[in-house]
Amino acid sequence: MKIVSLSALVTLLGVSLASLPAIGDPGKANESGSLHASQPQRIIAAGGVVTEIVYALRRADVLVGVDSTSTYPASALKEKANVGYVRALSSEGLLSLNPTSVIAIESAGPPDILKAVEDAGVQVSHLPDVATPAGISAKIKEVAKLVGEPVKGAALAAETDKQFAALSALRSKIEKPRRALFILSFMNGRAMVGGRDTSADGILTLAGLQNAASTLNGWKPISDEALFDAAPDIIIAMGHGPQDVTVNSILAVPAFAATPAAKSKSIFIFDGGYLLGFGPRTPSAARDLLLAAYPKLAGQDKRSDLQ
Amino acid sequence: MHQIPQVAYRRSIVLMALCVLLVLIAVAAISLGSISIAPKRVFEVLFGMEPSGQIDFARDALVITQIRLPRLILGAAVGAALAASGAVMQGLFRNPLADPGLIGVSSGAGFAAAVAIVLGGRFLPDAATKLPFAFLPMAAFVGALMSTLILYVVASRGGRTSMAIMLLAGIAFAALAGAGTGWLAYISDDRQLRDLTFWSMGSLGGATWSKVAVVVPMVLPTLIAVPFLARGLNAMALGEAEAFHLGISVDRLKTGAILLVSIAVGAAVACSGLIGFVGIIVPHLLRLSVGANYRFLLPASALLGASLLVGADICARTIVAPSELPIGIITATFGAPFFIWLLIRRGPEFAV
Repeated sequence: MKIVSLSALVTLLGVSLASLPAIGDPGKANESGSLHASQPQRIIAAGGVVTEIVYALRRADVLVGVDSTSTYPASALKEKANVGYVRALSSEGLLSLNPTSVIAIESAGPPDILKAVEDAGVQVSHLPDVATPAGISAKIKEVAKLVGEPVKGAALAAETDKQFAALSALRSKIEKPRRALFILSFMNGRAMVGGRDTSADGILTLAGLQNAASTLNGWKPISDEALFDAAPDIIIAMGHGPQDVTVNSILAVPAFAATPAAKSKSIFIFDGGYLLGFGPRTPSAARDLLLAAYPKLAGQDKRSDLQ
Repeated sequence: MHQIPQVAYRRSIVLMALCVLLVLIAVAAISLGSISIAPKRVFEVLFGMEPSGQIDFARDALVITQIRLPRLILGAAVGAALAASGAVMQGLFRNPLADPGLIGVSSGAGFAAAVAIVLGGRFLPDAATKLPFAFLPMAAFVGALMSTLILYVVASRGGRTSMAIMLLAGIAFAALAGAGTGWLAYISDDRQLRDLTFWSMGSLGGATWSKVAVVVPMVLPTLIAVPFLARGLNAMALGEAEAFHLGISVDRLKTGAILLVSIAVGAAVACSGLIGFVGIIVPHLLRLSVGANYRFLLPASALLGASLLVGADICARTIVAPSELPIGIITATFGAPFFIWLLIRRGPEFAV
């Protein structure tokens, strides 16, 4: 559970969760060492959340390749072969890594590529991708079983469940839910926001926030007038660069400057993969978001932690 | 037809060179890939010889026979179809900008593919399980044929088909299909949008023998019909009325050519997505070297189109191995500058 708490700590410090070299390095060493062992596992992770779980289980040594959505931990794409975008995999590319199995998230594909790989004698495991707390712990248990760490997996899933329970307790203390707008990208003053049926909607719900853009379906650009109607109390934006620049660029747009969120300076910049990944980090991501949105609960939360 | 010996000589040299090029590229396509397989083993697998070593032999054999070979044949068929069809369209429309897209094949296929990607899951939730791998290509193929049919009906009146009307209607139809695709892109989720983007850049990934078995019979009629088309297209170069007076039944030529091209290109697009540029660049490249006689231009286009696409596919699957690039990126990145360079260097006698 060290990894989970470490990542939570790093986020609380407001640092981007870029590098956790400590997790990757032993894996690398094991990989080169295991080449001569009998029947070592050689697994390809197709799906960012698969990679994240395998790393969280500290079994990076079994991974020989990861897909290009495996952005966390950042070391994954540096030390493992990149098999390309998760929905545009290549059969020969996958086979060239000599894998014993491929763990493919539901959306991985194309299906005939995965079938060709399966026909070549590689075990292909399809992993359901359900963006709910139960779905996340099911994912963790399944991946753990596939990498031969069912005990660690059960522990990590239990820890995740516990964090979700704590989150739910925290959520019940919210007196008046606030309205939040989730901005995926911001270009030329036009914002792409998360409406219903998006992963953004899922994380907002977990964080006890109401989606201010729930009249939209999917990821959509929001018009200035719809923004006025949405009247978000909080704006959450995805960012990589320096925080001030993005906050200022949002405030520079008159329609945004007029929102309650801008008036109360409630604009928060988060790492996209952290909030939208729906993996082991999700409870802490939702908790960070909740505490940012309801600062009053922060004090109470600390007390509950001590008990 | 009496020809200047030098020109005939040059043409047979070019045709022979193109055949050799295709063979060389085919050998490279079989031997190269993200899995490195020794040339000796490639030879053993292809000719069913006793394996000299057992390590990974079964895997290598599978990679060669089930992944690289079907992909090579599919690439050659698609490339030949696109390039030969491009040449046919340029002759038929008597327009150097013509490509198979002009008769609505690409726009219709693109729109139908977008429908399949974005709405397929919504209205046919079982399609993915009941018709596992065939739904998207089927939709694209039907879309290609339907749009060609619509354009043909619009352009035809009293048994005569006006190429100029077809060209104009084709442009309008492409705009409409583009708008339709835009609507679908607007309501799509990010995953579908990404699928749509990848599809529109083309890929030969996922080639299987069953795809080859479907595509090759669709492309073959066009290649077989080349000698018959060539005579008509040569006459058409003089003008429609002149061709008619030379004894060409112009409307039968148009109908036949449009039908053949829409089937061949429809099948090619259906299984490999939109691969641009091959249909335009290859015939022009050859006009620069073998002249505008369709009797040579058509087979030469088919050969060079096949080589070009298979060659581009080798790049697509090796440059970023073990990942893979969409092939349309490769054909345009390398093809376009080369083509511009050729245009800059053109001789005074070159005319489109």
